Amino acid sequence: MDMNAYLSMFIDESNDHLQALNENLLRLEGDPEDLSIVQNIFRSAHTLKGMSATMGFEDLASLTHEMENVLDLVRNNKLKMDSFIFDTLFKGLDALESMVQDIIGGGTGKADVTEIVKSLKAIEKGEHKSQAAAPAASAGSAGSSNSSALLDEFQTSVLLQSIESGHSVYHIVVTVREDCLLKAARAYMVFDFLERSGEVVKSIPSVQDIEQEKFDNSFTVFTISNINEQELRKGIESVSEIAGCEIIGLDSETLKQISSGTGTGAAKPDLASEAKPQPEAAQQISAARSQTAATAAPAAAPASSGATGGGGAASRTIRVDIERLDALMNLFSELLIDRVRLEQLASEVKSTELSETVEHMSRVSGDLQNIVLKLRMVPVESVFNRFPRMVRDLAKSLDKKVELIITGAETELDRTVIDEIGDPLVHLLRNSLDHGIESVADRIAAGKPETGIVHLRAFHSGNHVFIEVEEDGKGINRDKVKEIAVKNGVVTAEEAKRLNDSEINMLIFAPGFSTADKISDISGRGVGLDVVRTKITSLGGNVTIDSEPGRGTKFSIQLPLTLSIISAMLVKLGDEKYAIPLSSIVETGIIRKEQIRNIHGNLMIEYRGSVIPVVSLSQVLQSPSYSEEDEAETEIVVIRKGDKQGAIMVDEFIGQSEIVLKSLGKYLTNIPAVSGATILGDGQVALIIDPNALIK
Amino acid sequence: MGEEIKVIVFGLANEEYGIEVEKVRTIERMIPITRVPKTPAFIKGVINLRGVVLPVIDLRGRFNLEESEPTDSSRIIIVAVNDLEVGFVVDAANDVIDIDTDSIDSPPEVVGGIKAKYLHGVAKIGDNRLLIMLNLAEVLNKNEIIQLEQLED
Repeated sequence: MDMNAYLSMFIDESNDHLQALNENLLRLEGDPEDLSIVQNIFRSAHTLKGMSATMGFEDLASLTHEMENVLDLVRNNKLKMDSFIFDTLFKGLDALESMVQDIIGGGTGKADVTEIVKSLKAIEKGEHKSQAAAPAASAGSAGSSNSSALLDEFQTSVLLQSIESGHSVYHIVVTVREDCLLKAARAYMVFDFLERSGEVVKSIPSVQDIEQEKFDNSFTVFTISNINEQELRKGIESVSEIAGCEIIGLDSETLKQISSGTGTGAAKPDLASEAKPQPEAAQQISAARSQTAATAAPAAAPASSGATGGGGAASRTIRVDIERLDALMNLFSELLIDRVRLEQLASEVKSTELSETVEHMSRVSGDLQNIVLKLRMVPVESVFNRFPRMVRDLAKSLDKKVELIITGAETELDRTVIDEIGDPLVHLLRNSLDHGIESVADRIAAGKPETGIVHLRAFHSGNHVFIEVEEDGKGINRDKVKEIAVKNGVVTAEEAKRLNDSEINMLIFAPGFSTADKISDISGRGVGLDVVRTKITSLGGNVTIDSEPGRGTKFSIQLPLTLSIISAMLVKLGDEKYAIPLSSIVETGIIRKEQIRNIHGNLMIEYRGSVIPVVSLSQVLQSPSYSEEDEAETEIVVIRKGDKQGAIMVDEFIGQSEIVLKSLGKYLTNIPAVSGATILGDGQVALIIDPNALIK
Repeated sequence: MGEEIKVIVFGLANEEYGIEVEKVRTIERMIPITRVPKTPAFIKGVINLRGVVLPVIDLRGRFNLEESEPTDSSRIIIVAVNDLEVGFVVDAANDVIDIDTDSIDSPPEVVGGIKAKYLHGVAKIGDNRLLIMLNLAEVLNKNEIIQLEQLED
């Protein structure tokens, strides 16, 4: 039975549950009395525990188990939530998330969660000590409350009794040689020997696991024996392929310490290293798993149905591997190229029947294009949903009061954009919290409510999606921005005087700029905003800032709906063809040579009342077969980048066309003024011009 | 006895070269190549290989051999190494043969004007046929290209 088949399902569902846990915990923090939320949290945690135990991720299962114990007490009104519990639960969630990430990355999902488990236990024990009924009420939690101990109560009492009746009790760590081929068999021989000379009370991992070779190179046993330490050692080491064993005789004192799970570290360091959290429950589950892997399938199924039940109404969707969608997209692009070719042929052949068929095919493929593109659209929610948590933690660490209001989370964006937009938004939100929103004292002094509000909005407009981050903080201090920009050499003092308000705002995106008086963990190293703008520009988007001193700042990000199929203008340079994205084109025109003026070595033209620079595309691209020098009149394409405009001289316009973006591959990277390639109707490759690189 | 490996044999400026067959995706006849500006001269440009845009390198140019016009026998060999997919323009692709890894000797300093680091070795086939085995990873080494570009600037 191949567990890998279930791994992707496990990962998807764990992510869903972790997200649900995160959201519900946040909701609960806002409304700690609402026990129905606790129920939801409990259900998610429980399912997660079951799934991870089934998949054999024991650390994951054990940590979830501890969290579940705490939640169980809350659910049964035995424990009141307080901020310490919330923080601990959140920390636990973070640890779970990183474990799942590790599993996604091909790891084993192992992590050291001792600290968190300890805190969870402290909560669990410390709080319900006064309520004597609690252990009886929830047998599950009572049974596991000493789960970090190596021995349960029963085993301890057995061992204690044997010590009292004069038998020797040993803690033995047996190490198998690394090159041992039959670990389970060797372990069996050791057990066989121990059983002959006494009784094995407890083994870590469990006997079942050892039989299945589910242990590394060593295992630990507690045994009651009627022979002495030397004989034991001799007996164990006589088994072949055993590297060695460590035998420690136990008296009733050390035994008590081990069983209570505390003080072990001080008494016996080598035992403490064994005392990593391995709750009984998780072990039993994992043992059950190993008995027959086939049960994995039915076990996973109820888990997932439980998940949908807990998460509210199930929508009729299926999970599709993203690679299949990419393959579909690629195939569709092929089709699109053929369609363009067919359209050309049909217009040449001039057969009505052919033209009609081709037209019909064009319409169908147009619809198909819409659907294929829609398939790749993902609600921006998948990025937004981690922000409430982030803002909460940030606000806490900054000691500010902040409320995050998200609107338009259902707005859809192309998957490629979604994958890239997360980091820039994190930067902007951090920036808003750190630099925008004032401290509580400052806000009260300014006559504002003490809780700052950050709006995160997403909405469609035309062929673009806008994402806005707006806060009601102190706004951008333009004088200070100017001062720093001049000091850091971003602009000269002369230039700074001539800048208007919005240009000054944009200075904060300049590389190496930072207005923070002191560098904080959150932002203020002067790298963030620069990176934000670069990233968004590389996605074909744009950022603008609106800011009013004392009233707040708004960052607006404009993004294209999709990155895979765009409208473009095809132009010719001699016998070469290039594509210019339509989104950057303002208009096209023709100018005469004498209209081009040379101002300080820069070519400029007058265009609609302003003077804009002219760029020779043939020079930029070192065109071998065309130069506008030879022509009296030349075609221009006016392009824009933000507020700036520029004209590009080309040879000839071919026309407008839908083009499919293709990358140039990993071998050709960072080619100036070229953003990618596309395949034309005749099968030839045309390069796509990056207009942003042409406007300085 | 060493291992038997299958090798694609191609011709370049009067010499015969070999590439392990598993590194070769396909061999194509010459197809139109779109020039990419501001790249080293040996990068001929990009081609459309069944919907995928791939860069094409002129191996003559890469090894500083004299460049020549493509002929009817010219081929583009598409190779894939370390997740790079690249086409090589060669004079001719002749043959697939089995060679014994034992028959590959370490290369002399310079073979046919090509530096030894681009080569795995030289294989002797039959009595007087020599096959120069290419070290593709080194041929496609991008660090060197960056250095080349800096020299040109």
